[in-house]
Amino acid sequence: MRSYRRLLRKLALFLITVPVWLFILLPIVWLVISSVSTRAELLSVPIHWIPEHPTLRNYIDILTPGTVASEVARTFKATLRNSLIIATSVTAISLVVGSLAAYALVRINTPFRSGVLIGIMSTRMIPEVSLVIPLYILAARLRLLNTPMVLIATYLCFALPFAIWLMAAFFQTIPMELEDAALIDGCSRLKILFQIILPISTPGLVSTAIFVFMTAWDEFFFALIFTSTEAAKTVPVAIAEFTGRYVVDVTAMMTGGVLAAIPPVLLALIFQRYIVSGLTSGAVKA
Amino acid sequence: MQTSPRLPRFSLRKQEALTGLLLLLPSLVIILGITLQPVISTFYLSFFEASLGRGENIFRGLGNYRELLADPMFWTTIGRTFYFTLVSVGLEVVIGLGVALLINSHPPGWRALRTALIIPWAVPTIVNGTMWRWIYNADYGALNGLLSQLGLIDHYVPWLIYPRTAMNLVIVADIWHSVPFIALILQAALATLPVELEEAAQVDGANALQRLWSVRLPLLRPAILVALVIRSVEAFRVFDIIYVITAGGPAFGTVTISYLTYLETFSFGHVGRGSALSFLISLFTLAMAFVYIRFLYRPEERY
Repeated sequence: MRSYRRLLRKLALFLITVPVWLFILLPIVWLVISSVSTRAELLSVPIHWIPEHPTLRNYIDILTPGTVASEVARTFKATLRNSLIIATSVTAISLVVGSLAAYALVRINTPFRSGVLIGIMSTRMIPEVSLVIPLYILAARLRLLNTPMVLIATYLCFALPFAIWLMAAFFQTIPMELEDAALIDGCSRLKILFQIILPISTPGLVSTAIFVFMTAWDEFFFALIFTSTEAAKTVPVAIAEFTGRYVVDVTAMMTGGVLAAIPPVLLALIFQRYIVSGLTSGAVKA
Repeated sequence: MQTSPRLPRFSLRKQEALTGLLLLLPSLVIILGITLQPVISTFYLSFFEASLGRGENIFRGLGNYRELLADPMFWTTIGRTFYFTLVSVGLEVVIGLGVALLINSHPPGWRALRTALIIPWAVPTIVNGTMWRWIYNADYGALNGLLSQLGLIDHYVPWLIYPRTAMNLVIVADIWHSVPFIALILQAALATLPVELEEAAQVDGANALQRLWSVRLPLLRPAILVALVIRSVEAFRVFDIIYVITAGGPAFGTVTISYLTYLETFSFGHVGRGSALSFLISLFTLAMAFVYIRFLYRPEERY
């Protein structure tokens, strides 16, 4: 009797998970199916849920310039490269600069440190729109519009505070004793940071790197305003252009979408446990 | 024997402070340069009639603000932004809590479900938007395909031409993206709750609903609050997903305050007005920030 009831409870619970599974997976599955369908099948009524002629043609088209007429598809590869360069640079800079700052704020008796930490955190509340106008004017004056440089610089406005916060939260979990011993031995603060703290902070560095990379990869607003050609345009901008008003290139839109989603989704899945701990240490992008 | 280390103490402290400031310096320079300075110039520009080109800026005092506050369009937009924020965040927290509770009661496959939740959260916002735009497509979309095969609609519906429907469908896309975020936070928090309290309540004869309401929810409050505030601040300045799904349409029906700022500044070239708008957004979000930091910044106690 008891085990019967337990089984029933299990079954009921499982039935509740079904709609959750469907809601999570169906849109993604449809995205992937659309990316391996031919345009003719996608534009058919009634709808073809399972493509009769699955094809990787869309991927070949979007990744091999010169095979398709669509201007946007041709530049897609360039935008992938730009996104990669920009997100990687932003991640590297915020990790280095951010961990110096986080260390100064958490472990050194730096003047005004709690005020500075709160100040840095509160910059996250500043909407991007209120930075973009002066940054645009400045970038235009410096002739930096439409360069990866301008995006790397502006992305630091959200990436750096982010990195400082996450690293600070992580450094706080490291026992003081480790440093005290080194300090007594006369080690300099920099040496302690680089030889003792950072090596044991790998989990913190990894989760910070993933969050910063994903946010930079995701960023759209600044990229939309600051870039216009394949010299600096990023993947989100390229994808948004597929939805351009006159020609909607559905297959390119879906294929580009899958390609753009692969890096962050893979990163997040591989480093799952860091993601959840990073999320709970707060202040992470939603 | 106690000898006080007389000489080094003071200078060591000074040296420490100096090291700290030096380590902090690069970050401060970057943050002041690309955040504080622009915010101040935006505020400054909001008192001018300005353009993105080389034209002269004309001082108008509070003119931009006065015009905005007198403009019914501004108030509709504010109302719409609040609608988006309240409905999407409200539903996200409720559904997210539900999913977290579900995972925490360990149904078959709960680990896989927890992993799967990461996917919608990790999909870039723009991809999320294009995906839903395609699902909502009037002529070939999956929503129409599904509903007509289920016999719920006779003919395909152009969903995105109705302002209210369009707004709600944008909210659905946002929910898809953000429920996992909230569910993951709350699930992690739930997993750390002590079982004893719940067992004690059970012994005292509290039913499942009572236990949830009076034992678990109060303990979850800090985590819920964090999720709520982070999401509210984000939702209030929603831009990307609206840009791809509806581009503010139909008939400005999905224009939110960030979108209006974008249109004013970059489509209509009213830089001063756009600056005034973005300053107002900052005020709103800073008000939320106040709450945010008060509840998040607790260095001595983390859960």
